Amino acid sequence: MVDLDYLKMSKPQKFLHNLAGFFKALPGRIGGGFVNLGRRIAGFFKGLGLSIADLVTTFREGDWKTRLSYLVMGSGSMARGQWGRGLLFFLFQTVFNLYMVNFGVAYLSKLNTLGVVETYKEGRRTVYGDNSFLILLYGVLTLFFILAFIYTWRVNIKQNKISQQILKSGKKLKSTKEDLQSLMDSQFHKTLLALPTLGVFVFTILPIFFMILVAFTNFDYNHQPPSKLFTWVGFENFKTLLSSGSASYGDTFRQVLFWTLVWAFFATFLNYFLGMFVAIMINKKGIKLKKMWRTILVMTIAIPQFVSLLYVSKMFAADGLINTYLMKWHWISQPIPFWTNPGWARFTIILINIWIGIPYLMLIATGILMNIPADLYESARIDGANAMQMYGKITLPYMLFVTGPYLLTSFTGNINNFNVIFLLSQGKPMGLSGNAGYTDLLITWLYRMTVSDTNYKIAAVIGIMVFVVLAVINLVVYNLIPSVKNEEDFQ
Amino acid sequence: MSETKQQKLRSKKGHERRINGTIYTVLTIMSIVWLVPFVFLVLQSFRSYQLEKGGMVDYLIPKHFSLDNYAFLFEGSNFFSWCGKALLIALIIACLSSLLVVVAGKWLDRRDTVKRAERACALGACLVVGYVALALLAGAMHGFALAGNLVHALIGLALFILAGAIIARVYLKQDSKLLRSIPGYVVEDKYEGVKKLFAMAAEFLAVTLIVQCILCPMTTSQYLKWYGNTLTIALFTSVIQTVIVLSVSYALSRLRFKGRKLIMNVVLVLGLFPGFLTMITLYFLLKQMGLTQAGSVPGLILIYCASSGMGYYISKGFFDTIPKSLDESARIDGATRFQVFLKIIMPLAKPIVIYTILMAFMAPWGDYVFASYVAFGHQNGYNVAVGLYNWVNTNDYQNYFTRFCAGGVLVAVPITALFLALQKYYVEGVTGGAVKG
Repeated sequence: MVDLDYLKMSKPQKFLHNLAGFFKALPGRIGGGFVNLGRRIAGFFKGLGLSIADLVTTFREGDWKTRLSYLVMGSGSMARGQWGRGLLFFLFQTVFNLYMVNFGVAYLSKLNTLGVVETYKEGRRTVYGDNSFLILLYGVLTLFFILAFIYTWRVNIKQNKISQQILKSGKKLKSTKEDLQSLMDSQFHKTLLALPTLGVFVFTILPIFFMILVAFTNFDYNHQPPSKLFTWVGFENFKTLLSSGSASYGDTFRQVLFWTLVWAFFATFLNYFLGMFVAIMINKKGIKLKKMWRTILVMTIAIPQFVSLLYVSKMFAADGLINTYLMKWHWISQPIPFWTNPGWARFTIILINIWIGIPYLMLIATGILMNIPADLYESARIDGANAMQMYGKITLPYMLFVTGPYLLTSFTGNINNFNVIFLLSQGKPMGLSGNAGYTDLLITWLYRMTVSDTNYKIAAVIGIMVFVVLAVINLVVYNLIPSVKNEEDFQ
Repeated sequence: MSETKQQKLRSKKGHERRINGTIYTVLTIMSIVWLVPFVFLVLQSFRSYQLEKGGMVDYLIPKHFSLDNYAFLFEGSNFFSWCGKALLIALIIACLSSLLVVVAGKWLDRRDTVKRAERACALGACLVVGYVALALLAGAMHGFALAGNLVHALIGLALFILAGAIIARVYLKQDSKLLRSIPGYVVEDKYEGVKKLFAMAAEFLAVTLIVQCILCPMTTSQYLKWYGNTLTIALFTSVIQTVIVLSVSYALSRLRFKGRKLIMNVVLVLGLFPGFLTMITLYFLLKQMGLTQAGSVPGLILIYCASSGMGYYISKGFFDTIPKSLDESARIDGATRFQVFLKIIMPLAKPIVIYTILMAFMAPWGDYVFASYVAFGHQNGYNVAVGLYNWVNTNDYQNYFTRFCAGGVLVAVPITALFLALQKYYVEGVTGGAVKG
């Protein structure tokens, strides 16, 4: 019965029904999530217990080579003739030991205070004390290093166990040459992913962890290492950003967040529908010079944005071409405040973004429109449907279904769309507290906090907030749009 | 009966015509709106900054058309004389050696057994490698002998490598023609990959060396320096990033291993953090390596490439559409995974390779944020975006506006030409990416 009712509903009703269903199921889902999390944690500890037990049994049943490997990594492999592997393990342990002795322990022990020895002047000479920045960064690095070491150590033991079993069953172990060959074949993914993973770790994961931790410190212009120390302050910065009051940025944050969402909404959906419309016009039967129209529109993608957007932003300036010509023709007596009035500035940005954004959508929509089976339209025409009906019943649903994932990524991308805002208005007009402007997105505000205000702690909190907003949107959409969820099925 | 039908048809035709007319009008208006800013840009770049005001004026058409904005950009460089010499030398060498190659080809042409064909392949490979090596040697010697100075030596080297690369190209063409002309030619050219790789590497090296040597130290023109920096970054980034992106997407699409899902989920979560959050940390890391300010070019290359593995979505989507049976049959024939990747998937993935190269090449031209932060205050380390942005957004922009226009035109023209030439691949990548997410 319920299914039948559902089928009877119109599209918007269905959507509302889904939405309501989603929110109804939300507490259960969150509860389920926690249960799941609990189960996972329990599973983790169970796994940990098992692997410790395994360590003990391996030690008890192992020969001297295996036992030696508990202390000196790779010695077992080397003793069994697998020189390549053994040396790698051994090298890793040596590097780890050297690092820990020389830097690791010192930084790790200071991580809880981030340093206490201030930099001071002794006469003319500056005596440097602790550097909180280094302590935090290398502290995080050391933590990662320790985790990696434990993991490698465990792998090392496991390999000893396996080698022992292989030898017991009378088979031969892989030689170093075979090991190297397998890197091009059965272990090819390791070769392919080694360098990219290292790059992502050093230049993305480590910095992000560092910045998340910075959000819990008082690292700003008054506490700049190496001359000053900074330290942990708990959730102080989150309070500053979220609560309203004279010294905090709550109101600004809400305004900026609101504008960010409005901007992302318009930038995504306005471009989407207009772009689709243009694509339909160009692809209509009987329209000539299709390629020329497309090429003209694509110009805005081809030309680097810093040229086109900077030029256009100057065109709309108070002394720019548009205002001066309008005044010359006596259509207006005062320059239109494109960049100085908050409302106008927001409107202009959305308008110019159409200019930049339509071509992308036009290209995408063109590709998809060509894939819609022509006989669908044919049968609709025979049934007497007019153009609007065909659009509403065939084109739009098809497009929406196919481009569901794209809409999501595009919305996410627009929330982080730095270039358009920064090149057009730099967030101006200013006027909000916290040195934010009326056209600032969270991301441009973050940029200004980092570069001109050097208020790193608040910048870090804003970054975390952007993450939270995006994560929430992604989760909600992921649960509502089927084609997003099933993207893996495409294979 | 038939009359009413005709009337109906005629009215339908009229309706159709009206719709098409409207569409043409809308498209024309749109085209004008889309192109007008660029036309304005070009027009204003021809307004003399010496005879008229260089900044904002209330008219569009310049009163004196002049090239002095462009002249300003090239001021203080002997760019053109160097370019001329380089081209001339390269041309002469290329002509001479292609003559040689053609003669050699004719000689080889007379023999017609399979064994000979195999030998011809090997000979071809040796010749290509030999040419490049000779070019290297000759270039170095020429440089030191003529100039006795490192920069000049490097330029000589670059020229000769370029010449070698051109020869290698010509030879390759000749080579394959030759091989195909041998009756009973069935052997696979084992060395084809090596030959091509060598030719490409030589070209790449030559271009970057020329960019660095001619554009950068020989000139006092800042604009050319910025241009050279950006071109160098773009060239290196496009090569390294393409290799990284393709390997990651291939691994995630075709290989099944423990931790594959984990990697994809981690990348998804990391992607939700705004990129500029980590700016200070990256700056610090680069500073530790000495790659900020004066070393901003390698520093920026490092930043653009290091995390590029996270942008694997589009090419993974493409790899997903290549049938798996291809891999499997090759594996049954005894090919290793590496061979499958290189010999079977790569040739099929040409569109996505070109798309990735194009995107990686275009991105550095527009990057302002990291470039300005890494090169902070060190004018010789800027890229074009930072340099030109500073021209229009300083207090002096009234003076520099037309020069900005000229600089912008010089950036936009080659990039746009490149983009339009490869538009097909771009469309393929974008639509594929949007459909599959």
